[in-house]
Amino acid sequence: MAQVSMTVNGKARKATVDPRVLLVHFLRENLRLTGTHIGCDTSQCGACTVLVDGRTVKSCTVFAVQADGSSITTIEGLAPDGQLHALQNAFWEEHGLQCGYCTPGMIMAAVGLLKDNPTPSEQQIREGISGNFCRCTGYQHIVNAIQRAASETR
Amino acid sequence: MPTTPVLPKLVGQRVKRREDPRLIQGRGTYVDDIALIGMQHLAFKRSDVAHGKIRSIDTSAASAMDGVEAVFTGKQIAEFLGPMPIGTPFPSPEHRAVAVDTVRYSGEPVAVVVATDRYVARDAADAIVVSYDPLPAVVDVEQAMTGQPAVIHPDFKNNLAVPLVPSGTGVSADGSKVDDSAIDAAFAQADVVISQRMVNQRLAPNAMEPRGVVAHYEPGKGTMTIWSSTQNPHILRTFIAALTGLGQDQVRAIAPEVGGGFGAKINIYGEEYVAAAVSKRLGIPVKWSEDRSEAFVATIHGRDILGYIDLAAKRDGTLLGLKFKLIADIGAYNMLLTAAIPTLTMMMANGTYNIPAIRATLTEVFTNKTPTDAYRGAGRPEATYFLERAMDMLAHELKMDPAELRRKNFIKPSQFPFATQTGAIYDSGDYEKALDAALTAAKWDQLKAERDAARAQGRLVGLGLSMYVEVCGLGPSAALPTGGWEHSQVTVERDGRISATTGASPHGQGNETTFAQMLADQFGVPFEHVTILHGDTGVVKQGIGTFGSRSQAVGGTALMLAGGKVKKKMAKFAAAMFEAHEDDLVFENGMIAVKGSPASAKPFSAIAAYAYVPVPLPPGLEPGLSDEAFFEPANNTYPFGCHISMMEIDRETGEPRLLKVVAIDDAGNLINPLIVEGQIHGGLAQGIGQAMIEEVVYGEDGQLLTGSYMDYALPRAIDFPRFELEATVTPTPVNPLGAKGVGEAGTLGSTPCIVNAAVDALSGLGVKHIDMMLRPEKLWRIIQGGRS
Repeated sequence: MAQVSMTVNGKARKATVDPRVLLVHFLRENLRLTGTHIGCDTSQCGACTVLVDGRTVKSCTVFAVQADGSSITTIEGLAPDGQLHALQNAFWEEHGLQCGYCTPGMIMAAVGLLKDNPTPSEQQIREGISGNFCRCTGYQHIVNAIQRAASETR
Repeated sequence: MPTTPVLPKLVGQRVKRREDPRLIQGRGTYVDDIALIGMQHLAFKRSDVAHGKIRSIDTSAASAMDGVEAVFTGKQIAEFLGPMPIGTPFPSPEHRAVAVDTVRYSGEPVAVVVATDRYVARDAADAIVVSYDPLPAVVDVEQAMTGQPAVIHPDFKNNLAVPLVPSGTGVSADGSKVDDSAIDAAFAQADVVISQRMVNQRLAPNAMEPRGVVAHYEPGKGTMTIWSSTQNPHILRTFIAALTGLGQDQVRAIAPEVGGGFGAKINIYGEEYVAAAVSKRLGIPVKWSEDRSEAFVATIHGRDILGYIDLAAKRDGTLLGLKFKLIADIGAYNMLLTAAIPTLTMMMANGTYNIPAIRATLTEVFTNKTPTDAYRGAGRPEATYFLERAMDMLAHELKMDPAELRRKNFIKPSQFPFATQTGAIYDSGDYEKALDAALTAAKWDQLKAERDAARAQGRLVGLGLSMYVEVCGLGPSAALPTGGWEHSQVTVERDGRISATTGASPHGQGNETTFAQMLADQFGVPFEHVTILHGDTGVVKQGIGTFGSRSQAVGGTALMLAGGKVKKKMAKFAAAMFEAHEDDLVFENGMIAVKGSPASAKPFSAIAAYAYVPVPLPPGLEPGLSDEAFFEPANNTYPFGCHISMMEIDRETGEPRLLKVVAIDDAGNLINPLIVEGQIHGGLAQGIGQAMIEEVVYGEDGQLLTGSYMDYALPRAIDFPRFELEATVTPTPVNPLGAKGVGEAGTLGSTPCIVNAAVDALSGLGVKHIDMMLRPEKLWRIIQGGRS
């Protein structure tokens, strides 16, 4: 077993974990932050995307022990309580989700995308979220949502 | 006097979804998010051979592991769990949730572990040692029909699950008498006959949330609560009760947030039965969460129908006859609706055309593969694909514009209701209107000029067009073994807010929003005052579920009927209070008033309060405002449309690039066009995915070669252009909403439309047909000189 400590959504967290525990399982089961989802086991779908020290990471590709000492933001911590992040609001406005399962990962990926490129073209958005699968929307309303958030925060 | 705000009518508006705030904040609760005290985890040991006898299973190492509560082999499970039921009337071999002595597909469960956490459960499953006496794997469907290289189920000679079933012209209603004279005559008098073997390949549904189940049997109460990622909790309840020996009153089934279904979560799966049975056996709550690689073998596949298609016509393009010879590769077992799905392909062979003689035949065949069942569209995309490919081949043969060939043969608006010779009664339609809308939206003539100009430069550019008509809004009870109705209970609460239940359990369709729009309009109250409850048989008294694009057409109608009953009763209370006639009342803007007398208005909530403390109680009335309705539609609904696409294929690499997709869909009246667009986008993505990149592939040894996202191409955002949508509106007479259903439509028109574009792009090379999917390597070989 190993000791880990990290800051998750602004809160200091300490735990003893089996070294093989994936970060996504640590977040979901130890911290009960179940907004981060698991959609595959080969790191393709992106449902588990979170921010680790400001960078988007698929949390199924990282062991909890590798995140020791880092600062993590999950979908639950993206905006202060009672408020929505511009991307969350844009996904709502543009009908960027249906079943909602890919949505937290998709939004976190979009956060990273807009951080790297605040004024992406449609093609850049489509490329930027191609590490995230959505089976419901055909992506068009997701693209619209990211465009809206980009223009609103410009 | 205070002014009341004027509430807008919401039906038909692009209302944003009320489901979204919880989902965009990660506050939805899916099955895998549920944790109960004392809950143990299940992991299944699955067969790694496609076909074989189980020689031995050694569970000793697994049982000895720390944290392992129990291990059950198939034989042990069979001691307390019976074989899995199906929902179709066809004969079916015994199917155990966990295999007892023979495995028939790679991935079939052979044992199950119960352990303290998912990691330990997986370790223990890996520690189970199974040895097999392998049998030859039956993979090729046409070879399977000769009983080679093996017979999978001894009682099913030549692996025929459903031997030849005929349908169409000259076939008696029960299929027992077949007269070939009309179909033979049609082909004998034809100037042109198109004949093509076409493969509608096997797909994996891939809801982004894999399946999962939590079963909690409480020995003290003798009751079971089961949470499952399902499209139909009421059907789940029925089957779980039957197989655990409990009454339906003793089982509560809950579909919490469900992360997509696409038909694959209609089924009641072995893992659900095992979870329930093990929970009851051990008296503890248990959870099973499916991995994605597990989902590829353990969740049903879709499609996999081989078609031999013949289309006969006169030189001027008039259709004379159509033959569908269908062979469905259904995999190793019958699941809930497996055998019924390909019958929908027969039923919809007619498409949008007047075809004097049709003959469809169907054979369903067992192979050593994961079973097939309903996947978005479920039998109708296959029919559309076969027919619309054949129509394009005919247009090419006759050198006719594909749009004009179709126009020439359309069923006319005056012909509805239209009884096809394959058993459908189309409710309403205006196919030419949809075609014209598509040609206009796509600028068809201009596209043709662009294509021809590109070709003149040596580029491989093609146009695709496809019509479709689908059957949905399922359906009359005669068509569904579960019953075809839907149920709703509407309650005006004491404070004037409204709660309503629906059996149409959604998994992304937005019923909480659309149904609230409808009730808000019906009662003239704010949208925010209406709550839609679903997905819990403890709360929703009755229901069937969400599949076959039925939520709105059937569930929405039940909701409006229940609402109508409550409103009528509320009007009686209001009439007593106002000393007016109940027919003279107006419900609007959160108030109830006597018609023509706005000053008389009283708050909706005041009438509600009166109904619950009725002093005095108006004669003939019971207190309270709550009522229910079951709606049984008299017929299915038949949405339709026209899709157009443009594609360029790279001559050097064979890579296809989709340049344009235009979709005209007619789903009748729309409640929320924003949600409808989303449904069509999603359907298009799955249909285009099938045409271009998706395919389940098995090796000759029956091993699944596309068992993860490393090998199965799920469409990504870069795979699509921007879809261009428009709607025509032809209401259905089948329900009072005039709504037909839209969830599956996108998968019907898109697939043939895309392949038609690819074949058109390569037509200069003599290409007449290409089987899906359109992978670059296949197209490159064709360009290099191989013809398809």
